[in-house]
Amino acid sequence: MDWGVVTGSLPDFVQGLKVCLLLLVISVATGFVLSVPLAVARVSPRRWLSVPVWLFTYVFRGTPLLVQLFVIYYGLAQFEAVRNSVLWPLLREAWFCAWLAFALNTTAYTTEIFAGALRSTPSGELDAARAYGLSGFKLYSRILLPSALRRALPQYSNEVVGMMHATAIASTVTLVDVTRVARDVYANHLLPAEAFGTAAVIYFALTFTLVGAFKLLERRFLRHLATERRAA
Amino acid sequence: MFHGYLAAILGGLSVTLSVAAVSLAVACVFGLLGAVAKMSKSRGLRWAAEAYTTLIRGLPELVLMLFIFYGGQILLNAITESQGWDTIDVPPFAAGVLTIGFIFGAYLTETFRGAILAIPRGQTEAAQAYGLNRRQVLTRIVLPQMVRHAIPGFANNWLVMVKATALVSIIGLDDMLHRANMAASATREPFTFFMLIALIYLTITTLSIGALWFVEKRFSLGVKAVHF
Repeated sequence: MDWGVVTGSLPDFVQGLKVCLLLLVISVATGFVLSVPLAVARVSPRRWLSVPVWLFTYVFRGTPLLVQLFVIYYGLAQFEAVRNSVLWPLLREAWFCAWLAFALNTTAYTTEIFAGALRSTPSGELDAARAYGLSGFKLYSRILLPSALRRALPQYSNEVVGMMHATAIASTVTLVDVTRVARDVYANHLLPAEAFGTAAVIYFALTFTLVGAFKLLERRFLRHLATERRAA
Repeated sequence: MFHGYLAAILGGLSVTLSVAAVSLAVACVFGLLGAVAKMSKSRGLRWAAEAYTTLIRGLPELVLMLFIFYGGQILLNAITESQGWDTIDVPPFAAGVLTIGFIFGAYLTETFRGAILAIPRGQTEAAQAYGLNRRQVLTRIVLPQMVRHAIPGFANNWLVMVKATALVSIIGLDDMLHRANMAASATREPFTFFMLIALIYLTITTLSIGALWFVEKRFSLGVKAVHF
């Protein structure tokens, strides 16, 4: 190991870490905000609401994120109309395209996770809520969603960790994240262990931090299930 | 519409599919070894399998792929140099397949372990009572019954893996995405070609889901369905 290379490239890795985290936070936040209403639409008995959402999640979960990113970043520029539109200053930015692709991708997966949790609502909860006269928005915001989002927490934590790993793909569209820094360090020094090893340590630390944070959230929000789980 | 590049893209599809198929075979080998190691009596084996799955699942696929591809080459160079042999270049296909197989082997380890645990203990006890040795119990009783329980997790991993094969273009494999890239820059029609391969990936996903539905039915033949 050449520790000089590692310490010398640390400032770049810190910058890369900031890019990775920022991309993760904005994508996951957008994904969460979009997924909640989409999940409600996905489980709706009205087919004109559920079928379009199903199609959206099917397409985005059925194709590689790398290809989605390429379609948005490289592909959209093919059209004259896009290049002349008001959105072009945004759409030619790698940052914006990465955010758009990652947010849409994680929205698709998160919608299915939340929809699955909504479907597993115990029917008694729904009956009780209706008996209290709740319906429509109040039924969802007070009873169904708080309960479903809690149950979705373990799966949702997997999705967030997966998304953190997926930010490495941003390195293919000129964004200088941790993976890009590692590839540059490798190209300059031809030392794979120093370059990719450092990146691996960073990602590993991030994974464990996220997993730990979600464990704390689960302990807080799934406390009512703790005893059941021990018995099982 | 595709300026004569369609044949090249479809040629790339065969590369993508063979990467996926061979990776799956490699992943199954690593997954079975990992699952058996996790349930073995030896503490060292259990520890090694635990380290394997934890490490792999904590890192992005792309970083692992680059690490194994470039690191493996340099390790190989060091070995050949110390032995005074000629340098051996790692073919990108082998590197890609080994990396993807190694990564998804870690995920399959958990799938297979769960599936083996789902088999009632009485099955292995009965097999032992019939005088089957440990290897026979594993290959004749445990593994065939494990398949049914492993199918859902296995299907999920296959779907994720097919999409992960798009990453091999980054380490220089001439797959579908790589060819789409070339066609896109030659014709200046990137949308056409990236959209085309997105559709091909979507078709693979759809066909896989259909095929797995049949496999699941086939392996659940002797099992009573539960009707709620």
